[in-house]
This record gives sequence, structure tokens and C-alpha cells, in this order.
Amino acid sequence: MMVYTTARTAFRTLRRNPMRAMLTTLGIVIGVGAVIAMMEIGAGASAALKKTIASMGANVLVVRPGTASSGGVSFGAGTTTTLTPEDCQAILRECPSVRNASPMVRARAQVVYGNRNWVPNAIYGTTPAYLDVQDWSILAEGEPFSDRDVLNGNRVCLLGKSLVRELFEGESPVGKDIRIKNIAFRVIGVLSPKGANMMGFDQDDVILAPWTTIKYRVTGTSLATANQSDSVASDSVNTLSNLYPTSQRSLYPARSAVQQADNPMPVRFANIDQIMLAANNSAEIAPAIEQISGVLRERHRIRNDDPDDFNVRDMAELTRTLSTTTKLMTNLLLAVAMISLVVGGVGIMNIMLVSVTERTREIGLRMAVGARGRDILRQFLVEAVVLCLTGGAMGIVLGHGGSMLVQLLLKWPVETSPAAIATAVLVSAGVGIIFGFYPAWKASRLDPIEALRYE
Amino acid sequence: MELITLRSIEKTYQMGDIAVPVLKGISLTIRQGELVALTGSSGSGKSTLMNILGCLDHPTAGEYWLEGQEVSQLSADERALLRNRKLGFVFQSFNLLARTSALENVAMPLSYGAEHLSEREARERAAEMLSRVGLGDRLDHHPSQLSGGQQQRVAIARALINRPPVLFADEPTGNLDSKTSEEVLQMFERLHTEDRITIIMVTHDPKVAGHANRVIRMNDGVIQGDAPPAAEPQPQAGGGAP
Repeated sequence: MMVYTTARTAFRTLRRNPMRAMLTTLGIVIGVGAVIAMMEIGAGASAALKKTIASMGANVLVVRPGTASSGGVSFGAGTTTTLTPEDCQAILRECPSVRNASPMVRARAQVVYGNRNWVPNAIYGTTPAYLDVQDWSILAEGEPFSDRDVLNGNRVCLLGKSLVRELFEGESPVGKDIRIKNIAFRVIGVLSPKGANMMGFDQDDVILAPWTTIKYRVTGTSLATANQSDSVASDSVNTLSNLYPTSQRSLYPARSAVQQADNPMPVRFANIDQIMLAANNSAEIAPAIEQISGVLRERHRIRNDDPDDFNVRDMAELTRTLSTTTKLMTNLLLAVAMISLVVGGVGIMNIMLVSVTERTREIGLRMAVGARGRDILRQFLVEAVVLCLTGGAMGIVLGHGGSMLVQLLLKWPVETSPAAIATAVLVSAGVGIIFGFYPAWKASRLDPIEALRYE
Repeated sequence: MELITLRSIEKTYQMGDIAVPVLKGISLTIRQGELVALTGSSGSGKSTLMNILGCLDHPTAGEYWLEGQEVSQLSADERALLRNRKLGFVFQSFNLLARTSALENVAMPLSYGAEHLSEREARERAAEMLSRVGLGDRLDHHPSQLSGGQQQRVAIARALINRPPVLFADEPTGNLDSKTSEEVLQMFERLHTEDRITIIMVTHDPKVAGHANRVIRMNDGVIQGDAPPAAEPQPQAGGGAP
């Protein structure tokens, strides 16, 4: 007997008792529905969770210059002056695993607005890419500075929420001017609040500005010089805006053009304090580190056996949290799904057993007119599978509808997953076969004489 | 032509440690076209013999030749195929599938047959069979919408759908009143005379046995008498359904 005929017979048989068939499939409907809904809601939750953890910087990498040393005295991490903005561009160009990168210079200075002042945790000079790297693109107010601002060294800045509170007392700061080291900056935006990071560092107590502005107008130093002495302050660029001369006088007289020409010194490139990068995703962090190291070693002409003059750090703790959470979510969902399917399957087995008992005479009759054991086995198995698949189809609709409803009413993130649907179909057929087999096997082993005599 | 030949068939059931002999050496020949009644009191072994003849069971010892084929040692699957092709069954309690149309009931054995008929061919053949038993206008009726006699006629149509040479009827009129019994028996006679189908019916009703042209009486596992019904002694007075 062909499978098609068997399936049709099964359908016909099930139609003979539609109420019971419905109730039987209910187990599978709910099971599969639960699986689909859980998978979709769970996938959405998982994605949201991943995004949240990623926004804490799980995919972020930091490149800092290595240590400089002089006569056996090491100056600590970040003291060599070999890291340049061009390195940052090269990394972005040549490392496929890096999504975005931004150079950074840091400063610490007093900020003044009107009669109030404040020293923020950090003043970061960077590029607009920083907001993308830190997943901070959505501003509370205003708009971010542009690459053009970076190129021109424009005096614009973004304020963190804490600064707004300290300096502006709830007033909108956008469009106002603040002074950093007596240099006026126009506030063009306010960062969305981030709170403290895991180390307790208030991430909202920060000013972002173009790195060129910070480097050439505010500090004129790098970390290297800052750590050794504050003697070298090359703030020649900002003389026009520097109303009150506060910078110290240079120890050595400036070299004239003639001196420069006679005795050329190696061109001093602009060094930066660190590069912040974002990997495409957490899985690509390791390859990204490798690619970055390759690019930087080449650009810095480091010989094969020499140590790096830079460090690449990842947020290992966050990454680990991320992968643990994701795994936990997946397993949790799987467990729930399995339990509901097993419950549904037991329901199917129960009804199939009842059905076999109830239809003993029918089985006897079918055997008497020439059905072999395997025909009976197939018939009952196909019936169970048809039940399960029908239930599975209804469950998919129900589950999908349910998750849509959840999305609509609770505004939860939901991700439709074709994989879950395919799995549900396969699993419900599997449940039908596994839990339908025993009753079907029992039916096929009936003795036709006994079965015909069964009351 | 000899259709069925039994040679010293024995059947012993094992009840725990005790062996219970039910058939104690039955030898019997049934030729094609006979209408045989198998009678005997309950416990005489007629049902067991019927099961063996119907290839539902195999004998403990002895030979069973059906259309020149020794079938007593066939496997369960081979016997199923044999039943499908060569034997038809009619039961006392009709055994129709509930909530299934007469047509589908009749077509059901075709799905287990070796010849794979298309759905349409199967339905056509079933419809033809039903009109032969006089139910051509009841194709889509469910068993619950049919009278007892009609149900039994559906069962007969089902038994004949594979055009078997032999039809077994186990108390075919046991659940019917005397009038419909008569109809069913007349149908058997017609099948017997017109289509030359060999019919073997088990009955303990002498009136039913009276329609046969040969009555085999069983008693305690052996054949006690084998004669035309005219020679059957003491036809019970009173008649009617027992």
C-alpha cells in the first residue's frame, strides 16, 4: 500500500472521530505552539540581551601604545608615541573583522560655564565613529559633530548628562558655549545617559570633542609628555582664541625656518592616546585582534622577534558574560520546548493506545481481509504522524500568532525564526513516530482471531 | 476440481502446562462450487476449523491444500496475502467500519491487495459489487443508516471485492431476524449458483444449514457426519431465530 493511500486512510479514520482527534492534537498544538512562541520570543529576548551587553562594549577593543622606557625606567602603558590617527584609518581599511574604529586623545581639565565650573572625569578627543563604536549614537539632544569638524579642529563638543546637571542645572546646553582651559567650545549635543560602568566610573561625566581640537588646542600634549612633565605644551595653534595666556613658556626657543632646513628633525607625527574599535560581533574578536596586530606591526616596522609597541585589549569579562548568557538562554528555551513536546507526545501515545484497543475489531477485520502486520503498523504510525503534523501546523500558527500578539501588546522584541518552524515540523513528526510506534506495534502484533472476537 | 483438501489436521492449544486438543485429525475435501455448512455444538471445534480453513491460523499438524498450494506452514504475511486474494469473510457481527460509507467499506480490502488499483477503479469496482448485492442506491450510506440485512450485504460485497474463489461465513445470520436471514441466505445461493463461488458457512442453525448442499457436522474435534442436508436428522421444529 502506498504512503499516499495510507495517509488518506489515516485522514479518513481521524475524520471519523474529529472531536477526539482535535483533543489529541491539542497536546501537540500547545507543545509546538509553545516551542515556536518560546523560540521567537526567546530569540528576540536573546537578541535584545545580546544587544544590551554589546552596548556595554562587549565587542569593543582598545589599542593603546606600549610602554616607553629610558635607562631602565619604564614609564608604564601608553607612553610610547607611535600610535597615530593614520594607524586607525589603516586598521579600518585593512581589518575585515573591525566594524569601526576611532582614534582618541584624552585630557583632564576644568570646564567653565558662567559662574559654575567642573572637572569632568574625562575629556575625550575623538571622531564621530566613537559614538558608533560605543553604541552611543542616539543622543539625548542635539546632534553629533562631523568628520569635517574633526578635520578643521572646530571647537564643538558633546556633553555627558552629569556635566549638564553640574553646569547647566537642567537648562538645555545646546548652542551654549563652555570653556575648557579658556578655550570656548560650542555645545552641539548631549549624550544619552549611560550610568556608571562596571568599574564604577561615571560614563556620563564626559565631554566628547574632535580629537584635533583637543590635541592641538586644549592639551598640546600626549600622555607621554603629560606623564613625564608638563613642560612641552605646543599650543601654538590656538593662540587666536586663547584670550588669557596661561600656557607655560617653552624651555627652548622655537626653531626658525632656516634652522629647520639646515638641520631637519624627524617629522613629529600626531600621536594619539588610544584607538577604540568595535569588532563585527563577539565571535570575531579574536580574529580582529590578530588582524590589528598584523597591521600595526607592519606600520610600526616591528621586526619579527621584537615585542609589540602597542597592546590590544578586549572586554573579556563582558564577552564571557555575553556568551554565557546566550548559551543559557538557548538551553533554557530548548528545555522548555522539549518538556512541552514530550507532554504532547505522551498525550498522543495515550490516545493512540486507546484507539488501538477501541479499534481491535477493525484491526482484526483488516487483517482478515489481507492486511499484513506491517500494513497495520504503517497505518497507525501514519495516523499518529498525521495527527502530530496537523497539530504541528496548528501549533506553528498558534505560536507565531502568540508571539506576534506578545510583540503587539507587550512591545517585546520578537524574532521570527524559520529554523524554529522547521525544527517544530521535524520534531512533531518525530514525536508522532516515536510515541506512535508503540501503539502501532502493539496493533500490528494482534492475532486476527483474537481481535475479531474482541468485544 | 478439488479446491480444499485437509489431511489429518490437528490443532492443539497450549493452556499453561496442559495441551488441549481441539481438532483431532480432520480430513476433508471441498470441491469448487460447493455450498457447505459447518455445524456442531459449541466447543466442537468448528470455529477453530473455520479459522484454519480461513488461513487465520495454522494447524499444529496436518496438511492443508488450497487450490493446489500447501498453505499450512505459510508465514503470517504470506497468509495475509492469501486471504486477500483467495478468501472472503463474512462475520456474524458484520464488522463494518463505523462512520465510513458503504462504498469505502467495500473498497477497503483493495488497499491491501497486490494489484494497485487507482482510487477511481477501486470505487467503480466497489460500486459494482454493491449493486450486485442490491445496494446500488446506498453507496454513501453509513452502516448506522443501514438495516442489519443491508449491513450484512455490504459485508458480503466487501468479502467479494477481490473476487475470491472461496467465501467463508461465520454465523452470517446470527444477528439477523428470520426474514433478513432468508434474504442473505438467498444471496449466498445466488452467488453459489450464478457465480460458482464456493461458500463455507459455520452455523448451528439447522434451517440455515438446510440451504447448503452439503452439511459437515463436527463433534469434539472430529467430523461426525458429512452428508447433503436432506439426510440431516431431526430438523428442529419451531424454527425461527434460536
